[in-house]
Amino acid sequence: MDYHFDWSVIARNSGKLGDALLLGLGLAVVSLLIGCVIGLLAAYARVSGKRWLSAPVWAYVEFIRCTPLLLLIFFLYFGLPEFDISFLDKTQSFVLSLSLYAGAYMCEVFRAGLASIPKQYVEAAKAIGMRPVQRQVYVVLPVMFRITLPSIGNNLISLFKDTSLAAAIAVPELTFTARQINANTFRVMEVWLTASALYLASAYLIAMVLRLLERRYASIR
Amino acid sequence: MDFSMAPGTFLFEAWQARQSLLSGLGVTLLSSALSIVMATVLGLAMGVALTFGWWWLRPLARLYVDVMRGLPLLVLILFTYYGLALFGINVPAFWAGVIALGAFATAHVAENFRGAVQSVPAGQMEAAKAIGLTFGKRLTYVILPQAVRRMLPPWVNTALEIVKGTTLLSIIGVVELLLSAQQAMARNYMIIDFYLLTAALYVAINFTLAQLGATLERRFSYLRY
Repeated sequence: MDYHFDWSVIARNSGKLGDALLLGLGLAVVSLLIGCVIGLLAAYARVSGKRWLSAPVWAYVEFIRCTPLLLLIFFLYFGLPEFDISFLDKTQSFVLSLSLYAGAYMCEVFRAGLASIPKQYVEAAKAIGMRPVQRQVYVVLPVMFRITLPSIGNNLISLFKDTSLAAAIAVPELTFTARQINANTFRVMEVWLTASALYLASAYLIAMVLRLLERRYASIR
Repeated sequence: MDFSMAPGTFLFEAWQARQSLLSGLGVTLLSSALSIVMATVLGLAMGVALTFGWWWLRPLARLYVDVMRGLPLLVLILFTYYGLALFGINVPAFWAGVIALGAFATAHVAENFRGAVQSVPAGQMEAAKAIGLTFGKRLTYVILPQAVRRMLPPWVNTALEIVKGTTLLSIIGVVELLLSAQQAMARNYMIIDFYLLTAALYVAINFTLAQLGATLERRFSYLRY
């Protein structure tokens, strides 16, 4: 092996890499939040028992789960302007893709969560005279949140890793920035090792925070 | 809605591009199949190392699994393609992609195996030990037949992830299905139409794979104890 490491290139670009990492984390969190809203609505549509409501949602979920995320990203970024929807810049378009993608997965998570809530909870809430909305807000949703917290956490980690795909439409997150630094400096190994270490460390950090959250909230007491 | 041209024109353009689309589809299928085979064989071996390995082997396998599951697949592919070249190992883009996809999925298969083995009641292993079966025989006749059945659903999920992961090979220049569709778009500007065609093809591939998985599950489901 005749490769000589020169880590000064990382020190010189540390600001750029830091910004890129934060952007990736931000993209993942925002997409997860929007995805949770989409997923929740979709899950309620799936369990509603109305075919006209659950069939399109089923089609959406299966379509997203069977097609590659990169395809969705390209489709929205290059395809939407064909429909004269051009108010989306590349970051917004990526967030929309990732949110739609997260929404499909969260729908399944929430559906399983809703299904695992003991019937007695809802009956008890009915018995003390809660209205349907109150039952959902005060009984069903808090319990479901606790049940699904581990899965939401897993999705956040995988969404964070998926933000690397934003590089394909030149959103300046970590992978894109690493490739740019590579192109300017040719220090391939240093840059990729650093980017990998940053991804690993962040994913571990998120996992640790989630474990703490789970310990606090996930069990039904 | 503003589909660029009439459906007839699209069919004509798709027919014009059939050769590159078919070869792209072939590349997608071949790279998926190779990666799935690699991940299954190595993943099972890694799973055995993770579960029953010597004391020094287990943490190494654990480290491998954790690193692979903590990295984005795209970073892994770029790393394999550009990184190996620095060590004088010039792997063609296609093979770099297959290796990266396979190495990534190996970790997932290993973890699935661990989960499946852990769900086999411990008493069975002890019973097999008690009647004097060697470790290899315990693994082949007692643990694996039960673990395989439990591994099937997550294994199918991993296979679907691999098929979808092959789109990332386009970024290192492998002309798979997505890139061949984009090349067709670059000639005729029928962007939406070709993306929809590509999406339909991926759905078809993955739907077939999922059905195959369901059939296999049914086949194995009488392996009860």
